[in-house]
Amino acid sequence: MRIDIENLGKTVQLGEDKLDILADVSFSVNKGETVAIVGSSGSGKSTLLGLIAGLDTPSAGQVRLDGVSLTDLDEDGRAALRGRNMGFVFQSFQLLPGLTALENVMLPLELAGRKDAAVVANEHLGRVGLSARAKHRPTQLSGGEQQRVALARAFAVSPRILLADEPTGNLDAHTGAQVIELMFEMNRAQDASLIIVTHDAALASRCGRQLRLDGGRLVTALATASVAA
Amino acid sequence: MMLKLALRLLAREWRAGEMRVVLLAVALAVASLTAVRFFADRIEQALGQEANTLLAADLALVSDHPLAPSFAREAVARGLRINQTSTFLSMVVAGERNLLTGIKAVAPGYPLRGNLRVAPDLFASDAPTRAIPSPGQVWVDSRLASGLGVKSGDQVEVGSTRLLIAAILTFEGERGGNFMALAPRLLLNAEDLPRSGLIQVGSRVVYRLLVAGEPASVKAFQAWAKPLLARGERLEDVRDARPELRQVLDRAQRYLGLAALLTVLLAAVATQIALRRYVQRHFDQFALLRCFGATQRRLFGLYLMQLGGLGLLAGALGSLLGWLAQAGMVHLLGDALRLGLPPASFLPPLLGLVAGVVLVLAFSLPALLRLARVPALRVLRRDLGAPPVGALLAHGVGFSLVAGLLFLQAGEVRLGLIVGGGVLLLMLAAALAIQLLLWPLPWLARHLPTSMRLGLMNLRRRRWETTLQAMALSLGLLALLLLTLVRGDLFDSWRNQAAPGAPNRFVINIQPDQVVAMRDYLTRQGIADVTLYPMARARLVKINGRATRPDDYPEARAKRLIEREFNLSSLAVLPADNLITAGRWSSQEGFSVEEGLAKTLGIQLGDELMFDAGGLPLRGRVNSLRKVEWDSFRVNFFVVGPPGSLDALPTSFITSFYLPPGQGALLSGLVNSFPNVTVIDVEQVMAELRALLDRVSAAVQLIFLFSLAVGLLVLLAALYARRDERAREIGLWRTLGASRSRVMLALATEFTALGLLAGGLAAGAASSVAWLLADRIFELPHSVNPLIWLAGLVGGWLFVAGAGLLVTRQLLQAPPMQALRRD
Repeated sequence: MRIDIENLGKTVQLGEDKLDILADVSFSVNKGETVAIVGSSGSGKSTLLGLIAGLDTPSAGQVRLDGVSLTDLDEDGRAALRGRNMGFVFQSFQLLPGLTALENVMLPLELAGRKDAAVVANEHLGRVGLSARAKHRPTQLSGGEQQRVALARAFAVSPRILLADEPTGNLDAHTGAQVIELMFEMNRAQDASLIIVTHDAALASRCGRQLRLDGGRLVTALATASVAA
Repeated sequence: MMLKLALRLLAREWRAGEMRVVLLAVALAVASLTAVRFFADRIEQALGQEANTLLAADLALVSDHPLAPSFAREAVARGLRINQTSTFLSMVVAGERNLLTGIKAVAPGYPLRGNLRVAPDLFASDAPTRAIPSPGQVWVDSRLASGLGVKSGDQVEVGSTRLLIAAILTFEGERGGNFMALAPRLLLNAEDLPRSGLIQVGSRVVYRLLVAGEPASVKAFQAWAKPLLARGERLEDVRDARPELRQVLDRAQRYLGLAALLTVLLAAVATQIALRRYVQRHFDQFALLRCFGATQRRLFGLYLMQLGGLGLLAGALGSLLGWLAQAGMVHLLGDALRLGLPPASFLPPLLGLVAGVVLVLAFSLPALLRLARVPALRVLRRDLGAPPVGALLAHGVGFSLVAGLLFLQAGEVRLGLIVGGGVLLLMLAAALAIQLLLWPLPWLARHLPTSMRLGLMNLRRRRWETTLQAMALSLGLLALLLLTLVRGDLFDSWRNQAAPGAPNRFVINIQPDQVVAMRDYLTRQGIADVTLYPMARARLVKINGRATRPDDYPEARAKRLIEREFNLSSLAVLPADNLITAGRWSSQEGFSVEEGLAKTLGIQLGDELMFDAGGLPLRGRVNSLRKVEWDSFRVNFFVVGPPGSLDALPTSFITSFYLPPGQGALLSGLVNSFPNVTVIDVEQVMAELRALLDRVSAAVQLIFLFSLAVGLLVLLAALYARRDERAREIGLWRTLGASRSRVMLALATEFTALGLLAGGLAAGAASSVAWLLADRIFELPHSVNPLIWLAGLVGGWLFVAGAGLLVTRQLLQAPPMQALRRD
């Protein structure tokens, strides 16, 4: 799925002041491409990711997915589009604590009305190596295991875009590396576009392209090879 | 040092906003508690005074000889108002007719409580008055007027004087309950008494010193007078004097106790929910403080002080709010209640402070113990919690504290045990029932559309949370059901005890040879089902061969019962409203004794009783004990023997019937046909009792309304408790592609199922509690009201689904990003 970001901006009101979190950001992501969005804390990375996912509405500009502008859709339309096309991985895992690992993975499938939710969810839990932990709740799992459950949930709906917000931010280096390996492997298998927000230079370097944000503005858009050099 | 730090932390918490929520919840809880207490306190005092109008005073010192002037002097010295009356029986003559009459001499200012009512003539409409007959005039009651064939303006001879009938006395509160022993009444001015020459040496006169004033002063006077009482002197307050009124007040106090009890319970639940949320949010803060070097003990002490301080603050604020609330209620509804409420005492605010601290600490102790053990490592790993420690002990302490508060509020251990134990049982049964009901949900969900399936499965997947939430909701709904339908049912049952249509006329002194004629006369007048009961007056002189002496009994009522004659009857069948509580009634031999009398005099089944009826002995063993509804106004007796058992004694007959308004002429005819009988009109007494019941009902309903509001607070608190988690959940659902309508349908399904579950449980529990309360506490007839089930299920569904969707509606409007960033 192709993603086009055009002059995207986000401004919030803080008392009497206005704060520009994002301003005039434009870029495109091709089908199957992997892109890392990097930058310092507060540079607007997560806000950008949220706008791409249609989780929030921009103050200016627009996001197009295969030519469809998210701003033309209402909240329900954006939700439906996410349900059909997107998978998510978050820094804080965003697993519902009351549900088991299996039930967390089943959730997007159930929302899509899939009758085979349990079968598909079990299958994906197997792919991330957590079949044996299917009935455990998030609090009974380690951080790495929780992120693997989140990966299984993200890929269970066969997304065309995977959006990851600091996926290794809460994990140690070793576990983080394992999770990243798994994420790229699953992404390759499904040929989805991948956008990752990260501070992790090693992770960013694995992406085909890196976009650097500073003060809410896109300052560089480099191919990974040139960054590594 | 530590206190300073605790207060500083409390101030910061206040700024942070979370404590404000806890403070508000506890303060509201205490406010409702103290408002009930304040109001109940004042109503109890007012009801006491209202009841005293039927005694004409707050306290009466009764004697069979002129009282020493020192009693009156002391009462006046204590700032009390006094009045003295003399009552005796004498013949009143009008022309050829004469009638044995109860004559009462009164002084200006009588009665000290309540009013007399007089009518200008026989059967004319009456009005209250603060006056008494002027010297040279008398007021007579309708019986005396009918009996003598006189009217206003006529003269009657009282002793050696001729006095003018100035009015017909229609109501005199003081004689209300003792109508069985009453003859017709004549009221005269005390100034006329010496001229009448009626009181001679040896005259049987009852002298009363009536006392009224501030409750504390009356109590002090009572305490002062009690040890000084000589033989033949006794102190009477309304509780001693009037068994039927005592029942009314006791029941009123039980209703008030129940309202207060439920308020405490609901407040405890609301507080528990609020504190649970507060404590859950403080795991990080504890971990951070531990990281900075605070020991478990110090942390525990610090937060104990903080929460204790919060409890005191909430208690003080709540007490103030409670006082304002009750003052508002009194201001708005005081006139409607027709009760002059005295100022409240200082007890409720003290109770409020204690309740504030108890409510906060009882529920925070287990959590605090756990919080103190939060590992410092949590600052790095937020998934680390705290090991549950001593939870059983901590919860035990908390539960005991609240139970103590419950019992303090209930003022009656049995009521506290029934409600407290009932709620505990309900919680356990609810937990079990919810678990069982959640079991088949996956099967049911498979047959439903996706959104509904999600909603149902959400309940099933969080079954322990669902259980807790359903328990809280069912408790709130239970309170609402108890306070509306069950309360209404109980009230109806209670009020029906003295309902219109109950007997309002008694005819006594019917001679055995008049029984048939009397029955025929009443039947001809359209009075159906006339039953005439034989009656003899006798004194209990021996129990198991041992002579009974007043000094053997410490209780004043027991002493009086031993000293006086009371009514015995002989029946083949017991009256329908008599209930055998021990032994077996026999129509062949032995006595059945009213259980209250038996308890007061220590009479047991199988005891041999000996009565003295005007020198004639009557013996028999106690074969059964009976419960008698004294406030039903039907003919009842303390002791009943088998048919024929009174044959050797001088007996007369008694009957009662209902005379509809406007048929007063029937009474004149009756008195003319049977000049020796006495007709007693209890219509006014009953009207007064009904008015009292109405006032009590209004007062109690007000307090129940307040409890109702706290019940609603619990329901809302239970729904709000999961709001944070719900926000995150909705945000994630929306992120994963669920439309608003789909989320809404899932939530509606979940809330509907939860509402039905909680409503069903509440209805079941309400039916059980209603039965228990009716049967064991209020001793009222009660049948299951199917409306409880309908109201429980439909009400539970409407409320939980409605309020639930209202609470979560805002969450649906927020962008999913906002919910995901809550972490």
